[in-house]
Amino acid sequence: MEASTDLAISCRELRKHYPDVKAVDGLDLFVARGECFGLLGPNGAGKTTTIEILEGLTKPDGGDVQVLGRTWGSNERELRELIGISLQETQLSEKLTVLETLRLFRSFYRRGSDPEQLLRDLSLDEKKNARVAKLSGGQKQRLAVACALIGQPEILFLDEPTTGLDPQSRLQLWEVVARFREGGGTVLLTTHYMDEAERLCDHIAIVDHGKRIALGTPRELIGMLDAPHVIEFTSEPAVGEELFTWVKGYHGATRRGDGWLLRVDSLADAVPQVLGAIEKSGAKLVTLTTHAATLEDLFVSLTGRELRDA
Amino acid sequence: MREVRPALFELTLVRFKEFLRETEAVFWVFAFPVLLTVALGFAFREKAPDRIPVGVTEGPSAQARMKALSGSPALIPRLYDERTGREELRKGNISLLVEEGATPVYRFDPTRPDSRTARVEADNALQAAAGRRDQFQAAEVRVEEQGARYIDFLVPGLLGMNIMGTGMWGVGFGIVNARMKKLLKRLVATPMRKSDYLLAQSMSRLAFLVLEVAIIIGFAAVAFGVRVSGSLALFSLVCFAGGCAFAGIGLLVASRARTIEGVSGLMNLTMVPMWICSGVFFSYERFPDGAKPFIRALPLTALNDALRAVMNDAASIGQIAPELLTLAAWAVVSYLIGLKLFRWQ
Repeated sequence: MEASTDLAISCRELRKHYPDVKAVDGLDLFVARGECFGLLGPNGAGKTTTIEILEGLTKPDGGDVQVLGRTWGSNERELRELIGISLQETQLSEKLTVLETLRLFRSFYRRGSDPEQLLRDLSLDEKKNARVAKLSGGQKQRLAVACALIGQPEILFLDEPTTGLDPQSRLQLWEVVARFREGGGTVLLTTHYMDEAERLCDHIAIVDHGKRIALGTPRELIGMLDAPHVIEFTSEPAVGEELFTWVKGYHGATRRGDGWLLRVDSLADAVPQVLGAIEKSGAKLVTLTTHAATLEDLFVSLTGRELRDA
Repeated sequence: MREVRPALFELTLVRFKEFLRETEAVFWVFAFPVLLTVALGFAFREKAPDRIPVGVTEGPSAQARMKALSGSPALIPRLYDERTGREELRKGNISLLVEEGATPVYRFDPTRPDSRTARVEADNALQAAAGRRDQFQAAEVRVEEQGARYIDFLVPGLLGMNIMGTGMWGVGFGIVNARMKKLLKRLVATPMRKSDYLLAQSMSRLAFLVLEVAIIIGFAAVAFGVRVSGSLALFSLVCFAGGCAFAGIGLLVASRARTIEGVSGLMNLTMVPMWICSGVFFSYERFPDGAKPFIRALPLTALNDALRAVMNDAASIGQIAPELLTLAAWAVVSYLIGLKLFRWQ
């Protein structure tokens, strides 16, 4: 994979240390042209720092970064024409209308889409003369993505594009990303939603504390879990782990509140045994659910913490 | 498909629209200076000089003295008992107290100009009542010609102050606001030229400057008969140079500030000394000679001096060249340093 132009993005040994935290600590990433690559991790994992280094907005302390075979140091102006960015917290000017905002961004690029056409593609057409202040969260986010797409970029960077959006708006945004990819575009996105990563991404890197702790396709990652099923329960009083380490097909447990997440081979084998063990200990079962293992469970098993509140 | 307009044009247009849609800002830029001109114009309008209140203490000669003092066009006498009279004098409600005695006793504070005037006027009135005769009657010529009144001094000062305030606030506030909302960061993530963005901030200010100046000068002309006696083109050039200088300084002040509070503090630090020193409300001739070269180097001083020279003395471009050069230097140097220091994220 040496500096090949088949790679949209490559970075090696990326490091960025702030006085109080190692935000990025030796990260390697390789993103092929035309794929959607996801950085999945909890808040504070270093996702935003990483994506902003790749976007040329933050200077790394160490490591090599190449975007479309170019480096930020010597090809900044050219690269800016080739990538589109949606930052995590940009508030576009509230006093401007949707169309005015998009025309402004269009004026920065040598080539690009027609603003009115792009608004039609993103179903923002009827809002084109509305002030940005009057848009819903989902519409604002679509406008932010429109600003990223207006220069017809080869790579689209999205930093937590659907955080805080309602399910309908998330679906709309996912469609926009899918359509961009149909045109051959490459996408790098960060998220802490595992379903978003599973749904959109060809490859996912799970990051925690500035390090890559897992890499693969969504299917491969879930396959890395030693057990395909998860039993989640709470009891009163809480019980100890020793109660069920003997259960058939048991692979490990993580404490959650007054209960546990148990990773097991087979629900049919494990559930009756777990219930029996709790009853025998004299504790009372409060809740019990089961589900097929997800990326979230992978993260929990890798770190002992959960994506959302880690 | 519509033609794509240059980024500098779009950025300027957008900033102009944002500003127009900001109701409070429009008030501060347009209505406030007019209100200030009205208030100060009326406070200092041409009228007969105020009569100075003086006190007379009760006693046998009080009535005669009250009558004599009432005859003076400069004084308003009031009758008090001695204790109240002294109390009123101490509070500054009267400037002089004429105390009872065979000959009058004047009680006053000689460091107060009003009191000294009252002392002379009261003495004249009482002496005349006692039978003194003037040796001659001097003729008086009163100076009230247009261009020499206080309002003619004040309006260019207010105009200069307004060009400073709106230039600095308009540019500085807009930039810091965009920085706080991470809009600046978003913009530098595009191929936009950074210099275009900063230039657009200044250019949209200059577009507003035309409106601002027209409103203030138009109002002063209608309400107070203030005129631009020099060339209108030169007057416009002075306003333009002032606008550029303060847009540049606004940019410099906002180049690193992260919060509105931070930039507000820096703005006041920059502007308050100039309000005081640069001859807005009174001439800086009152400051010590050693300070004057520094005061003249301040952009607001240069702007005010040039505006007054063109408006009141019909100065030529040669006569105000030093002021214009001072403003140009401020504009260029502050813009370049601002661009260099500018924090985009």
